[in-house]
Amino acid sequence: MLAYIVRRLLYAIPILIGVNLLTFLLFFVVNTPDDMARMQLGAKRVTPEAVEKWKAERGYDLPLVWNSAAASLFDKAGKTIFAQKSAKLFVFEFGYSEDKRDIASEIRERMWPSLALAVPVFLVGLAVCVTFALLMAFFRATYLDLWGVVLCVAMMSVSTLFYIIGGQYIASKTWHLVPISGYATGFDAFRFLVLPVVIGVISGIGASSRWYRTLFLEEMGRDYVRTARAKGLSETVVMFRHVLKNAMIPILTGAVVVIPLLFLGSLLSESFFGIPGLGSYTIDAIQSQDYAVVRAMVFLGSVFYIIGLILTDISYTLVDPRIRLE
Amino acid sequence: MPYILPTDALVWLLVAATAGYVLYCRRHPHLAVPWRRVFQSPAAMASVVVLAFYVTIGLLDSLHYRPQLENKSGEQNAYATEVLSLLDLGLAHLRGRSEKTYSAPLATRSYAKEQVELPGGRQMRDFPRLRFGGAHLKDETEWADDVSRRALAGFGVSLLLCLLVVLAARKLQGRIPDIPWSAAAAALCVLLLLAGSAIALCTVYHVLGTDKVGQDVFYLALKSIRTSLVIGTLTTLVLLPVGIALGTMAGYFRGWVDDVIQYVYTTLNSIPGVLLIAASVLMMQVVIDRHSDWFSFAAQRADFRLLVLCAILGLTSWTGLARLLRGETLKLSQLEYIQAAHAFGVRSGRILTRHILPNVSHIVIIAMVMDFSGLVLAEAVLSYVGVGVDPSTNSFGTMINAARLEMSRDPVVWWALATAFTFMLTLVLAANLFADAARDGFDPRVRV
Repeated sequence: MLAYIVRRLLYAIPILIGVNLLTFLLFFVVNTPDDMARMQLGAKRVTPEAVEKWKAERGYDLPLVWNSAAASLFDKAGKTIFAQKSAKLFVFEFGYSEDKRDIASEIRERMWPSLALAVPVFLVGLAVCVTFALLMAFFRATYLDLWGVVLCVAMMSVSTLFYIIGGQYIASKTWHLVPISGYATGFDAFRFLVLPVVIGVISGIGASSRWYRTLFLEEMGRDYVRTARAKGLSETVVMFRHVLKNAMIPILTGAVVVIPLLFLGSLLSESFFGIPGLGSYTIDAIQSQDYAVVRAMVFLGSVFYIIGLILTDISYTLVDPRIRLE
Repeated sequence: MPYILPTDALVWLLVAATAGYVLYCRRHPHLAVPWRRVFQSPAAMASVVVLAFYVTIGLLDSLHYRPQLENKSGEQNAYATEVLSLLDLGLAHLRGRSEKTYSAPLATRSYAKEQVELPGGRQMRDFPRLRFGGAHLKDETEWADDVSRRALAGFGVSLLLCLLVVLAARKLQGRIPDIPWSAAAAALCVLLLLAGSAIALCTVYHVLGTDKVGQDVFYLALKSIRTSLVIGTLTTLVLLPVGIALGTMAGYFRGWVDDVIQYVYTTLNSIPGVLLIAASVLMMQVVIDRHSDWFSFAAQRADFRLLVLCAILGLTSWTGLARLLRGETLKLSQLEYIQAAHAFGVRSGRILTRHILPNVSHIVIIAMVMDFSGLVLAEAVLSYVGVGVDPSTNSFGTMINAARLEMSRDPVVWWALATAFTFMLTLVLAANLFADAARDGFDPRVRV
């Protein structure tokens, strides 16, 4: 088990190097720092001096991968954009954003509001979707099931943007239940988080419930279920004691992969509701074309994804004793 | 002068390819049977009608031309830098009649107060009459009468057409009994009735109101359809070749080829989708800005950006398909008929194209129809994030983006958002229902 985890962690290294190279290619080779400077400085006619100054301030005035002007071999490889900007991501040194703030400390700070929104959405969403799917599976092949599926498909077909805009309009503007947007620390945050959580859960119901329903139905066609029924167990007992337990295996292991990504928060909800988390940080960075922040978030995202994959493998062994990791 | 934008060319290429595929399917029963099963579902037939309606509008909007400018004699013919489509030509009266600012659906007066001159020479702040919406009315008290009269007239004509549709469906039902024609007829009738009333009203009113700069919202919604369809279909055009080639190769050759391909798609997959797309689009944005000499007018640049967006979406989302195909090919390549082909000395390339590809084609079709609705929804989100289509391109994303800030006005400007919502929901719902039917029809596990 331990050996397996270590091997998986080692396997993560080439992937992270790949992500790093890809972002390096996108951010520095497809577009040279000169282009970025011109883009950031805005005007079409920027003086070369201004470009040089911009680059020097951010440390982009180095050669891309090989500094032939440097004295030692160490500096030849080290005093480059690749080493200074891309390779440093590996040790979680993200550098500074356009407004001269340390990205790493910013991320540490903004992580908590993100989690405060994403964790309840994840947990409540899972509970609601499983319940809904279980209901549909219990009443399978009835009108309740049919209309449940129709409702799921209809809910899937609505863009998340509409859920957010509609929810804000109804709950905040018409009924004045909660503030439209904003955030507070401590228990005050509750007021601000209720609506985003509810909307986050609702917008996820369609796709997840339908998927869970097929998992339940698949499980209900198995032989052990028939045996349980043949023993004379009631349908409720069969559902809760046999089907639910076994169907939870794919549901839970499927959910595990997104747990680390909860740190990154939700792009849309956070920016609509003005929650100062990592999601809104990312959107702001994209909109103001702050490449250092985007680069950091890309790297962080893939780190979390890989952690999620490893957690998924481990969770398989925990819930299903038949699986052994070699 | 006809003018072909790059996306137009690709759209028509796709139409030709689809036509070829349909002909091919008709000749080959192993493809014709599952498709027939798809069309036996009433939901699929109804959604096909709705999709066909959208596609027709999208295709009309994909035939572009540059209107000729009035030229002085002796000079060469000059053409406008503006690119119009056949749809614009058909909706010329909607495009040309823009108001000053917002106005509610079917309104005769503007949303915002203005200084207006009274007959006596005095001035006062009032809601001015619209320049075009209901301008034919001398007396505004006739408004309710006029609207209902026109709507009923349109409705009546559509009702007659519906009768024809129902009769045709009856006839077809007799000839091909296993297809639920009534579902298709019902969907068509609903569309006809809605369209009939809308057409009757849109000649003198703004049926769905106007937006901030006074453009007709109904026109904007119709123009947005093309963008959605282009993104939903052209993306798969990029995604399919990459996904199919890499997926089947990884599953068939195994060994180091598999390792490399798996490595590439795990790497791409590990970057959160929106971020990867955003990073690529931001970079392309710089390239476009740097090479402004590539484009001689704005429509070309917007179109190029749309094309690039499709390519980026395609190149970042082939991983799911490749993984599915890899698994299926791994399974298939163990089967006896592939072994036999090996024994006969058939080359690998031929085994892949002749023996493996046809047997994974159901996965490709299911993936393609399932991806469509996701891509249409993604466009709206990307436009909100600021990495979507060019701001000058009409799309549901740009419509929502422009309208969302207006929800805080009083009285609420709800019509632009409601229009985008309805048009998008109809398209995505139809696509989802069709995708479901396609999956059921092609899934080998449900074969009867």
